[in-house]
Amino acid sequence: MNNAIEIEALTKDFSGLIAVDHISLNVEEGEIFGFLGPNGAGKTTAINMLCTILNPTSGSARVCGYDFWQQRYEVRECIGIVFQDPTSDTFLTGKENLDFHARMYHMDRRTREQRIAEVLGLLDLQGKENTQIQHCSGGIQRRFEVARGFLNHPKVLFLDEPTLGLDVQTRRSLWDYIKMLNEEEGTTMILTTHYIEEADYLCHRAAIIDAGKIAAMDTPEKLKQAVGLNLISLQVAYDDSLVDLLKQLAWIKRIEARDSSLELSIDGGEEKIPELIDFTDNHNFVISSIELHKPSLEDAFLHYTGKTIRKEEGNLMGLWKAMMTRSRGRR
Amino acid sequence: MQRIELRKVIDPLPIYTMWLREMKRFVRIKARIVGSLSMPFLILVFLGLPMRSVLVEDIGYLDFLTPGIVGMTLLFSATMAGASILWDKEFGFLKEVLVAPVNRFSIILGRSLGGITLTTIQALIIMGAAVAMGFRLSSVSGFFLAIVVMILTCATFTGFGLIIGTRLTQAEGLMAIMPLITLPIMFLSGAFFPMSAMPSWVRYVMYINPLTYGVDGLRGTLIGPAAAVFPLWLNFVVLLVLSLTLATLGAYSFSRMEAD
Repeated sequence: MNNAIEIEALTKDFSGLIAVDHISLNVEEGEIFGFLGPNGAGKTTAINMLCTILNPTSGSARVCGYDFWQQRYEVRECIGIVFQDPTSDTFLTGKENLDFHARMYHMDRRTREQRIAEVLGLLDLQGKENTQIQHCSGGIQRRFEVARGFLNHPKVLFLDEPTLGLDVQTRRSLWDYIKMLNEEEGTTMILTTHYIEEADYLCHRAAIIDAGKIAAMDTPEKLKQAVGLNLISLQVAYDDSLVDLLKQLAWIKRIEARDSSLELSIDGGEEKIPELIDFTDNHNFVISSIELHKPSLEDAFLHYTGKTIRKEEGNLMGLWKAMMTRSRGRR
Repeated sequence: MQRIELRKVIDPLPIYTMWLREMKRFVRIKARIVGSLSMPFLILVFLGLPMRSVLVEDIGYLDFLTPGIVGMTLLFSATMAGASILWDKEFGFLKEVLVAPVNRFSIILGRSLGGITLTTIQALIIMGAAVAMGFRLSSVSGFFLAIVVMILTCATFTGFGLIIGTRLTQAEGLMAIMPLITLPIMFLSGAFFPMSAMPSWVRYVMYINPLTYGVDGLRGTLIGPAAAVFPLWLNFVVLLVLSLTLATLGAYSFSRMEAD
């Protein structure tokens, strides 16, 4: 399989503040890759460099096989971006915004109309396309931004905090759209997020990024596994004989006996549950309930960086401040 | 290869698209139309009409004032059209434009052409209002020459506005300094008073004011060469040079905006 993106020692130094610090990674075609990290970790800076609107200090990258700095024009042709902050013209309707975008990508009228109808359908936006963006709800606005990012058949789509500030329901539906688009169109996706569950739900692979550096990079599953073993909580009327019997099973690494339950650290996942039920059944013990707890990506983040991701909902003032700081930082 | 290079600089579809967006926005934002037309209109009504029989430089004040007010409209609208790039930046729209596979020059050309079109339309509306109040056009050819003067003046101040808009980082700041920049240009252009009424040192300041040539060119074309201070060709040459220079500087200033 080919690489959609190859990054080599990418660095951005805002006169002393190193926002991105020698990041190297490859992203395969068709993959959903996530940058997971708190605000200010350098995710947006990395994305801005990759989509050619920010000069890198050093390092190199190839996007769709083109050098991201020498061949900016070619890179721009093959990528789509959904920015963190809204970029639609709020006085234009959703359709006019899409139409504007399509023209900027040199689509002729027929292609334009066809493709706009297509993305409106994909994101369930029919019936909303003739409303000015300023009158649309936040979720709809966001969906229009995603639709626009998709319009030019990008080989690589960048999604910068795609669900920031959306409510849980809207967020979940947007995730499903993103997943579906990845499957339907085979688009490679690079997304940044500080929502653990977002990376967990969407990404094939994720990089945990902290203070501009990659702390760890793997599938969400493996990232979590590295943190520790799965834990099975077994509600059962037990006696010592059961504990002794369980100790014989090689995949049970540790047993902790509580009043009415056994906490088992196991090497494995869901597939061990039926096995465990059969095993206790055969020895005439009755399980009243069984629960499997997997370490979350949040645990993983804590494990790799030594800190928890700040739970920070996108409020308007925070966004505004971040925006102002960024535009000042760019000067 | 050659063809592709040209398309990268002058890219018709995006230029048209940027232009179209300016048109649509203008129609949508009603307050902007009312706001930009009301002041020149009120000045004509409350200054031009009552004093229409007062003679200035041998012509009635309404006749004298009308080219000045048209020039003022051009100044305000064109500068704002250029400087409003700051809003596009602040509201994120610019980012979306900058990642498109379109040359910066085409983007800013389309946007500025939109601003120039709208400003010229506004100036023509104001002129129409003046005609309704009793302003007499000299000739049809003069009218068309006046449109050329308007476009050149627009290009000059759109470029000027672009330079301001790309340098600033906050919209509030822009609103605060806008009158500080435009009002002296307006008063020192001869829009309201004849140049000859000014002390000589002020006249030297007026000579370096682009709007002086715009207003004088409008008087020369709309009323007749006798009403102008400078010969018509001089006004045209100065405006042509200024518009090319400022538009280029504005476009350059814009192209620098993408870099950090």
